[in-house]
Amino acid sequence: MNPVSHVRLKNVSKTFTRGRDRSRVVALDDVSLEVAKGEVFGVIGHSGAGKSTLIRLINGLEAPTTGEVWVGDQQITALSEKDRRGVRRDIGMIFQQFNLFRSRTVAGNVAYPLKVAGVGRAERDRRVARLLDFVGLLDRAHDHPEQLSGGQKQRVGIARALANEPSLLLADEATSALDPKTTAEVLTLLGRVNKELGVTILLITHELDVIRTVADRVAVMESGRIAETGTVYDVFANPRSTVAADFVRDALRDRPSPEVLARLRRTHTGRLVTVAVRSRTGLAKTFLAYGVAADLVFGGVSELQERAVGSLTFELTGPDDGIDAALAALRADGVDVTEESD
Amino acid sequence: MDEFLTNLPVFREAIGTTFYIVGISVVVGGLLGLALGLVLYATRPGSLLASRAVFIVVNLLVNIVRPIPFVIFLLALQPVMLATIGTTIGADAVTFGLTLAAAFAVSRIVEQNLVAVEPGVIEAARAAGARPLSILFTVVVPEALGPVILGYTFIFVGVVDMSAQAGLVGGGGLGDYAVTYGSQRYNWPVVYLTVATIIVIVQAGQFLGNFLARRALRR
Repeated sequence: MNPVSHVRLKNVSKTFTRGRDRSRVVALDDVSLEVAKGEVFGVIGHSGAGKSTLIRLINGLEAPTTGEVWVGDQQITALSEKDRRGVRRDIGMIFQQFNLFRSRTVAGNVAYPLKVAGVGRAERDRRVARLLDFVGLLDRAHDHPEQLSGGQKQRVGIARALANEPSLLLADEATSALDPKTTAEVLTLLGRVNKELGVTILLITHELDVIRTVADRVAVMESGRIAETGTVYDVFANPRSTVAADFVRDALRDRPSPEVLARLRRTHTGRLVTVAVRSRTGLAKTFLAYGVAADLVFGGVSELQERAVGSLTFELTGPDDGIDAALAALRADGVDVTEESD
Repeated sequence: MDEFLTNLPVFREAIGTTFYIVGISVVVGGLLGLALGLVLYATRPGSLLASRAVFIVVNLLVNIVRPIPFVIFLLALQPVMLATIGTTIGADAVTFGLTLAAAFAVSRIVEQNLVAVEPGVIEAARAAGARPLSILFTVVVPEALGPVILGYTFIFVGVVDMSAQAGLVGGGGLGDYAVTYGSQRYNWPVVYLTVATIIVIVQAGQFLGNFLARRALRR
C-alpha cells in the first residue's frame, strides 16, 4: 500500500448545540485516522455513530470543534472559506439520496461543477460526454433525473463528482438507498473509479457488505469514537471491539445466538463448541486423533478479501478427557475455539 | 343594455386601467418581492448568507406591512406617495400602493418555496465548490421555479382582487366601473358583465401560470 497519506484527521472532536435548551451533542470524540493515497477506506458504524459528520469535515462542509483535518498538504481547518472552496473542487462527493439537480438534465448535472470551476463550453461538453460514457449513461444525457432509476441516478452522481477530475472521492452512504443488485453495480463502478482513475475513496456505510466488496481498510465507529481500524480482513476476521464483532455476526450469521443455542441444547446433549474458521484448521484430523465424534450443528463460512472467515459449531461426543485434549490441541495450533456455556 | 353600449368606451378604458394597475404591480412588485424574498431566504439562520441582523430587520418589516388591509395601507401610504410620485389619487397612486403590497406578499411566497428546496441539493453544490451567491441563483432558484411560478399566479389573482378597490382613491378600473356604472345605477347586467370580465382575466392568468409551472416542473 502506498504510504503517502491523503486524508488525515488529528484528534478531531465535534460538538453540536441543539434546540432551545442549547443541549450539547457529541458527534465526534477525539477521532484520528489516516487514509492513504489510492486506497479505498471504509468507515462503518450504526446510524448516529458520527460517520456523516466525519465525512463532511473532510471537504469542510462542517468544521470540527477541536482538532485538525488535513487533505494532502492542506490543513482544511486553517483555510479561509474561499480557499476551502478551491480544495472542494479537488474532492468529489456522492450522497445517499443522490442530490441531483432536478432543474437540470443528466448532462447539466455533470456539467455543473465544471461551470463552477470556470471550464469553457467546448471543454465542458467534451468532458461531460467522456464522464457519461465512463458511467455508461451517454444515451441518457438529455434526460432529467426523475426519468432515471436509483442506480442510474447514483451513476450520474458519480459522474458529477468526478467532473473536475478529483483525486479524492467521498461517498456518504452511497448505496444505502439502493437494492442489492444495484448496490453491486454501483460498488463495481466505484471499484473502477479507484483502479482505473486512481482516485482515493473514503466511504461511509452501515453495511458490512459494502466494506467487504470494495474497501481495503476500515475504521469501525461507535458513539463518535473509532473502535478499531485495520485491513478489512484483520478487523472482521479477528474483531477486537464488540461493535465490529456485532457487524460480523450480523453479516455472516455464523455464530449461534442465545435463542439458537437454547434450541440446539434441547436436541443435542453433547458438548457444543464453536470453532472460528480462518485458513486450514485441521479440525477433522484432530477430532479423529482423540476419538471425538464431531457433529456439525450450526455455522457459516464466507470470504473476506479472498480469505475464508466464519465459524462452525459442533456437537462433540466421546470421552470428556479426549474432548478436552482435542480442544487444547486446537488452541495450541492457534485456532479460536469457544465452548458454548449455557 | 343600451346604456351599457353607450358607455362602451368607458368600459374599455376601465379594462385598460385595470391592466395598467395590475400589470405594473405584478411586474414591479414581483421583482421587488423576489429581491426581498431572496434576502429573507439567504439571510435566515443557517442559510447561505446567514445574517441575523438583516434577517430580523427584513422579517420584521414584512410582518408589519403584510397584515395591513389594503384599503388602509393605501391611505397610510399617502404621505409617502406625495413625497415620491407627487399625488395621492388616481391610477398611479393605486399602482404605487399595490406594487408595494404585492412585493411584500411575493417576498413570503418566494421565501417559502426556496426554503422547501432539498438541503441535499445545496450541499451538493457546496461540495462542488460553488459560492453562496452562485448557489442561490444557479441552484436554489431554478430548483424552486415551478412552485414560485404558481405562487406568483396566486399573487396575480390577489392583485386583480385588490385593484378593484382602486375607485376609493379615484383610481378607476373595472371594480370602480362596476360600482359607479353598475350597482349605484341598479344596472345589474353591467355588474355581471364586469364580473365576467374579471373572471376571464383571472382565468387567463391562472392558465398561463399553470402552463409555465408545468413546463418548469416537467409534469
